[in-house]
Amino acid sequence: MSAAPQKAKPGAEKIAVNVTAVVPLNDLVTRFEFQRSDGDLFPPFSGGAHTVVTMDDNGRHRLNPYSLMSDPADLTTYAISVRRDDEGRGGSLFMHRNVSVGDRMTITYPVNLFSLDLRARKHVFLAGGIGITPFMAMIAQLEHSNGNWELHYACRTPALGTYVDELRYKYPNKVHIYYDDQNQAIRLEDLLDGQPLGTNIYVCGPKGMIDWVHATASAAGWPDANVHSEEFLAPQPGEPFEVRLCKSDKTITVGEHESLLEAIERAGVEAPFLCRGGSCGQCETNVVSHDGTFVHRDHWLTEDQHASGEKIMPCVSRFAGKSLELDR
Amino acid sequence: MTIQFNDETFRDDYSFHNSDWAIKRFPFPFHEDSYMYAVNMEQHRGGPEGSVYEKRFDVDEHYISEMRDRAMVLADDPLRCQSLPHMTLAGWDLLELIMVSKSEDYPDLFELHRDGDTWRWINKPLGIDDTFTFLDETTLPYGPMEYITRQTQGDFCVLDQRDGNLWMDAGTVTTQADWSLDFDIGMNFFEWHAPVPLAHEKGIFERALKFLLNIQQGAPARRLNWTMTVNPLLDTSPENYHKWGVQKTTLTPENIGAKQHLRVELQTFFRLPRSNGLVFPIRCYLCSFQDLMTMPKWGRRLHRVVRDLPVELATYKGFIDNRPMMLDYLSQFDDGLPTSPGIFPDFDTEPALQK
Repeated sequence: MSAAPQKAKPGAEKIAVNVTAVVPLNDLVTRFEFQRSDGDLFPPFSGGAHTVVTMDDNGRHRLNPYSLMSDPADLTTYAISVRRDDEGRGGSLFMHRNVSVGDRMTITYPVNLFSLDLRARKHVFLAGGIGITPFMAMIAQLEHSNGNWELHYACRTPALGTYVDELRYKYPNKVHIYYDDQNQAIRLEDLLDGQPLGTNIYVCGPKGMIDWVHATASAAGWPDANVHSEEFLAPQPGEPFEVRLCKSDKTITVGEHESLLEAIERAGVEAPFLCRGGSCGQCETNVVSHDGTFVHRDHWLTEDQHASGEKIMPCVSRFAGKSLELDR
Repeated sequence: MTIQFNDETFRDDYSFHNSDWAIKRFPFPFHEDSYMYAVNMEQHRGGPEGSVYEKRFDVDEHYISEMRDRAMVLADDPLRCQSLPHMTLAGWDLLELIMVSKSEDYPDLFELHRDGDTWRWINKPLGIDDTFTFLDETTLPYGPMEYITRQTQGDFCVLDQRDGNLWMDAGTVTTQADWSLDFDIGMNFFEWHAPVPLAHEKGIFERALKFLLNIQQGAPARRLNWTMTVNPLLDTSPENYHKWGVQKTTLTPENIGAKQHLRVELQTFFRLPRSNGLVFPIRCYLCSFQDLMTMPKWGRRLHRVVRDLPVELATYKGFIDNRPMMLDYLSQFDDGLPTSPGIFPDFDTEPALQK
């Protein structure tokens, strides 16, 4: 045994997979199914877990997190569902345009930052759009153990109601669908009002929906510990900026369409990460000095830490100004 | 190799003993000539052949006797094994982890045959051959955690992860260094570590918790911890302090080499995949001072560590009163020569005692 604490490794353990199915579900969403290239079974996982998919886009490595949405009891196949983002940085477009059956890819072991509270007597799921994916696995898990759950799922239109038909068919009494184009909305205050003691609520969807659920539940007197959310942030484009990496003695430029973390990796500097979406805390980096303004976008650091200028989460946050030096 | 299992006791006549093989592979916890707390974690993926780090769950010559001792402790005090209602799935996770690991790592001792949810488990050393339905606890004689931990050396804390913390919500704890599962059940990471001196001030627990929350599937971790025990007792629990505490006063310069034991915990950490919980196995290894002194490097180093340990730590670890007598004994084995770095005994390269 060594004495020194070990440096966090970049990313979770990896698994080589073959793409075994590509199933377009509607205009925006496609399901991708994987089996292990070595023919073994996948490790078990818990509902709410995600995997990070490595895409080889003409030599540029894209690493995007996606919720595992297959039944956790099925260890032969992992599945993700990817919403095409035409305005994004290209990961989802790559999946939609370039990935086909038979391709070999690399994904990580499951990591769960959005797990069920197994003490809950009832689980209420609130999904918005592609936010349905983690709940597909959670529902399957709870069905195996006779868990008590209900789903409230808001979609833009019936045509974009990913998995609506399947869910309604399998669980007609537990699934409630709301279509924006029909002016249907989740009546959250009434919904919260009727829940038995020991209920936990889970929300996954756009930021506005998550904030709305937290605020409404809090105003209704719900303990924070009973309200769970997951929002993966995609890094946003921004003005290029220069960064000095002190430990590695390198100066790098973060391009308009890449994240600070990606720029660090591109320079050959090992940096820890897990979710690449501002949630897990693994890539937290100390700021040595700065002259400018941080664009903090993560959910990990506290407001005080954001204000202090001493830390940054390079997976989603950026910087604008004269100079930035990091302890990396 | 085939393990020759000892027939021995950890109470009454204390017939526990280490073979030469067991002494050589003892997890001596000091990598240098002094000791202070640190977040001394490393990946738990194998180690030197034959060492206690090699397998995911080490099985050694004490296996059968340790399991007999555990059964006696549980018969006297069933609260040493508890699982809050939401922890049953984590118990199955643990059963699966141990059965898969042991059957792969020790195929001559353990077999697991899986046909869908119908599992057959064969434990040859303990003479067990059970068929059960995975995830159906009515098909096992105990809950899944109790079933498998009655067949696995070491204590097991099964932790729930929520609200950015870890919670001691299940466990089997019969070989502990003076802490109580019944007292700690339901506590979070900071609450159950509250009694530890010095480490809070150094921010050790914040960093350790952060590390543990981020342990992921497929990437287990480990560390060593240690204390001192008079007589080879596995069950040094607060519940039984009235029985073993007084034994600390029985040390004499004549019997200290045989009676005083260094107690080392190999602590490992595994993410549990189906429940997203964490299991924290704490495996206890005991070695008498006189057996340790057969390795010249360990003799030199143990003297220096015990001599220089801060008073608070010697008090917390329960040997402050016996420290002078320990030092009288240990100083005979310290000739002042330097020691090689690292924990391994380096018996073939370290010089013999020069006095």
